[in-house]
Amino acid sequence: MTDMVMYEEEYRQIQEVCARLHRDANASAVLLIDKNGQLISEAGDTGHLDTTSLSSLTAGNVAATGGIASLLKEKEFTGQFHEGEQINVHISIVAQRVILVILFDERSSLGLVRLRVRRASDELSSVFDSLLAKVQQPSTPSIFSEITDEDIDNLFKD
Amino acid sequence: MSFINYSSREINCKIVYYGPGLCGKTTNLQYIYARTNPDAKGKMISLATETERTLFFDFLPLSLGEIRGFKTRFHLYTVPGQVFYDASRKLILKGVDGVVFVADSQIERTEANIESFDNLEHNLYEQGYDLAKIPYVVQYNKRDLPNVAPIAELRDLINPEQVPEFEAVATTGYGVFDTLKAVAKLVLTELKRGR
Repeated sequence: MTDMVMYEEEYRQIQEVCARLHRDANASAVLLIDKNGQLISEAGDTGHLDTTSLSSLTAGNVAATGGIASLLKEKEFTGQFHEGEQINVHISIVAQRVILVILFDERSSLGLVRLRVRRASDELSSVFDSLLAKVQQPSTPSIFSEITDEDIDNLFKD
Repeated sequence: MSFINYSSREINCKIVYYGPGLCGKTTNLQYIYARTNPDAKGKMISLATETERTLFFDFLPLSLGEIRGFKTRFHLYTVPGQVFYDASRKLILKGVDGVVFVADSQIERTEANIESFDNLEHNLYEQGYDLAKIPYVVQYNKRDLPNVAPIAELRDLINPEQVPEFEAVATTGYGVFDTLKAVAKLVLTELKRGR
């Protein structure tokens, strides 16, 4: 399995897509999370949110839903919707490896969110395709080629 | 599966605490949470039953400091130990970078340790991992109890590869950080080696 790596250029593209989605969908916040629960990008009103915990729980939720899908012989359930009194959550899987989460309130609607998510998903898929191609190029420099055993030891000194 | 972000200069890794029911996986995380500087930790989440048995997982995000300008963040997870939660354990192992096997040292839990260890190997294998090839350490927990099995005996059963091992009493914290440091170091060394 390839590790997830994020570079400056793709990160900027992803942030642009998330910011536009936040605007176009009238969303409160947009989170992009990898399937292992690491937050990749966020847009909108996230200052009051515990995005680390939200990312981990969402990934757990998506993994559990994926488990249910496979028990039912479905490939995957690509979307989930949670309806609350104040906040609604739309969750979808993009490019089979990242999770797009939209938080929205009464200023938006499920229909609008779904419509905007569709376009954003296509754009994000193409960014992740190019990211994957870049990671698989053997010539791409890695931070780990610079790190020494001593650097690692220093991290664990009391 | 680690996540390396060159833009925010972060290295993120996932460590899973595995072991039989009531062996002390959650207690390990609770001790780490209690003894870590607030700046270096996020909120600890426990998805547990009403009787405080882990239902899905516990989660604790930790920062360990910087290497060459990159923040190293570790996400610690526990699995539910009870036998019938196997489907959940498989999900939590997805994308794992390092494993801590927490054994319950009490003699009467020997069979439960072996069963859980076999289950770990099996579940990793199902997802294309080989326990012998991933960063992995063993913790012999509950060493303060009177009815514990000798370490040599436990080693034969659940540490045949002789990976780094630690005696522990998770309730007092003895051995808890030694175990965490050892697995975190192995994970980073493996990431370096793999490039």
